[in-house]
Amino acid sequence: KQGQITPTELCRKCLSRIQRTKFLNAYITVSEEVALKQAEESEKRYKNGRSLGDLDGIPVAVKDNFSTSGIETTCASNMLKGYIPPFNATVVQKLLDQGALLLGKTNLDEFAMGSGSTDGAFGPVKNPWSFSKQYREQKREQRRPKLHREREGSSGGSAAAVSALTCFAALGSDTGGSTRNPAAHCGLVGFKPSYGLVSRHGLIPLVNSMDVPGILTRCVDDTAIVLGVLAGHDPKDSTTVQDPVKPFTLPSLTDVSKLCIGIPKEYLVPELSSEIRSLWSKAADLFESAGAKVIEVSLPHTSYSIVCYHVLCTSEVASNMARFDGLEYGHRCDVSVSTEAMYAATRREGFNDVVRGRILSGNFFLLKENYENYFIKAQKVRRLIANDFVNVFNSGVDILLTPTTLSEAVPFLEFIKEDNRTRSAQDDIFTQAVNMAGLPAVSVPAALSAQGLPVGLQFIGRAFCDQKLLTVARWFEQQVQFPVLQLQGLMDDCSSAFENEKLASVSLKQ
Amino acid sequence: MAARAVWLAFRGGLGRRQAFSTKANVQGSGRITVEVIEHLERLALVDFGSREAVARLEKAVAFADRLREVDTDGVEPMESVLEDRCLYLRSDNVAEGNCAEELLQNSHRVMEEYFVAPPGNISLPKLDKQESFLHS
Repeated sequence: KQGQITPTELCRKCLSRIQRTKFLNAYITVSEEVALKQAEESEKRYKNGRSLGDLDGIPVAVKDNFSTSGIETTCASNMLKGYIPPFNATVVQKLLDQGALLLGKTNLDEFAMGSGSTDGAFGPVKNPWSFSKQYREQKREQRRPKLHREREGSSGGSAAAVSALTCFAALGSDTGGSTRNPAAHCGLVGFKPSYGLVSRHGLIPLVNSMDVPGILTRCVDDTAIVLGVLAGHDPKDSTTVQDPVKPFTLPSLTDVSKLCIGIPKEYLVPELSSEIRSLWSKAADLFESAGAKVIEVSLPHTSYSIVCYHVLCTSEVASNMARFDGLEYGHRCDVSVSTEAMYAATRREGFNDVVRGRILSGNFFLLKENYENYFIKAQKVRRLIANDFVNVFNSGVDILLTPTTLSEAVPFLEFIKEDNRTRSAQDDIFTQAVNMAGLPAVSVPAALSAQGLPVGLQFIGRAFCDQKLLTVARWFEQQVQFPVLQLQGLMDDCSSAFENEKLASVSLKQ
Repeated sequence: MAARAVWLAFRGGLGRRQAFSTKANVQGSGRITVEVIEHLERLALVDFGSREAVARLEKAVAFADRLREVDTDGVEPMESVLEDRCLYLRSDNVAEGNCAEELLQNSHRVMEEYFVAPPGNISLPKLDKQESFLHS
């Protein structure tokens, strides 16, 4: 907006950066022509003094389970390879209406099931931080021989895209932590809005009662800008609330003394890495020394939240995946003996083991003889978990402070030793209770680990108090001053290195 | 029946028969019997594919059994976090549509304005005892 760079130049820079960071496997589809065309239109608008708003001309990326008209949408699955939706998801449309440039669709776990972005049909996503200067310096000091491929999921591609400076914001989806988890591993702000605030129309559903579109950006201000564009009632999604949406400008928080921060004691699990534990404690001290009240609270049903999530998730998945039969869209096999045979063969070819496993588990829990004992029981436990949060917030706590992940990003080879379900059960432990209660939550990068990899902390707010949550998160972000990713060693020409620094520090607000 | 032969050949060709030895060694409560497997595959129209998949299901069920420890007397099931709000309906006015051509483009087999499907009302054949990979 200050005229330092035109939308087309910015677009080209980002596109070339995508090319140079191809090894991260962050993008499934790069929509170059579309983006450049949008950039040209944006430039015209700026020339005529008629820009559409803060997002006009800003490159963004979208996770590949959002429908995008005319651009292939695969959900990283063979089932939808070659599928081109005839419509835009509401959130995508909102971004485009504001003039954002759609650079491409990012990689994910197949149908967003998983916590590592390792199980998609297009291969795993690599964490840009494992190539960073910070990480490599640490490795040299500790004399470790090789670079590991780290992972983050399931919106891994979106996280890698933003973190590698190829775009300014990305859409992810959050069902059990899929936005916050990769954000923590990539040093980004990963925001999960309250359920019902942002439209899910066009987001290929996983769990209808828990999915929300998530936002990944490099700073909290950017998140607030994007949220301001996306939030609001959508007639096409009847689970969006009809309350009028207030603008999301974040007030500067100078006085935290009126704030009450809750630390849930059940989240202090033995598997939590000591680094994150000390970081968590330091953050609590930070708030306390600034005058806030920091108290320990209890969420007694925390230990059951994973089991509950497991049952509800697989049950809803079993239902949602039933639409993929190969008849109207997507992959179709050659068997044409009968419709059932065709459906079965198509689904076997189209889905990977993870998806099939979940569908079968879900169907098991939904059998007549199991329905009461598993599905209904899980719904009851869900209410208990949601009530835990309500009780804590009603007792005067404003925001909860918890870790986002158990540890920093784990090397790929180690990660794939356990199967998807076990991994999800372990890694989502801090993030998925929030989805069950429909609360807003945000992961803010807190520090670099001893190995040079990012670690984040999570803030949880009351339902529909997203603005307050982001205000507190921004205060914390300003205190922490998280370092910028330095991929300079991999950039060919030195002049662009300076440009990249500038890009990184530029927030959408300027 | 020809259909059955084709079906079995198809399934066999994917290496199913080779994967399973007669010595089933599956841990777990043993609740995943052959009948349950067939039933689930029939309902889901997705097959297990291997013994490991069945073992994973057993583990998943055992994991889910932990829910029994929670006391939920007098607790109502929660279907949605927005349960205290009214679900609204849009008025029944046609606002968009007429996009048949676009929608037909995504399908592999169409004829004029129809999606072409194989014949229906033919159930998936049951697995013979020999083909099943779990012995009760």
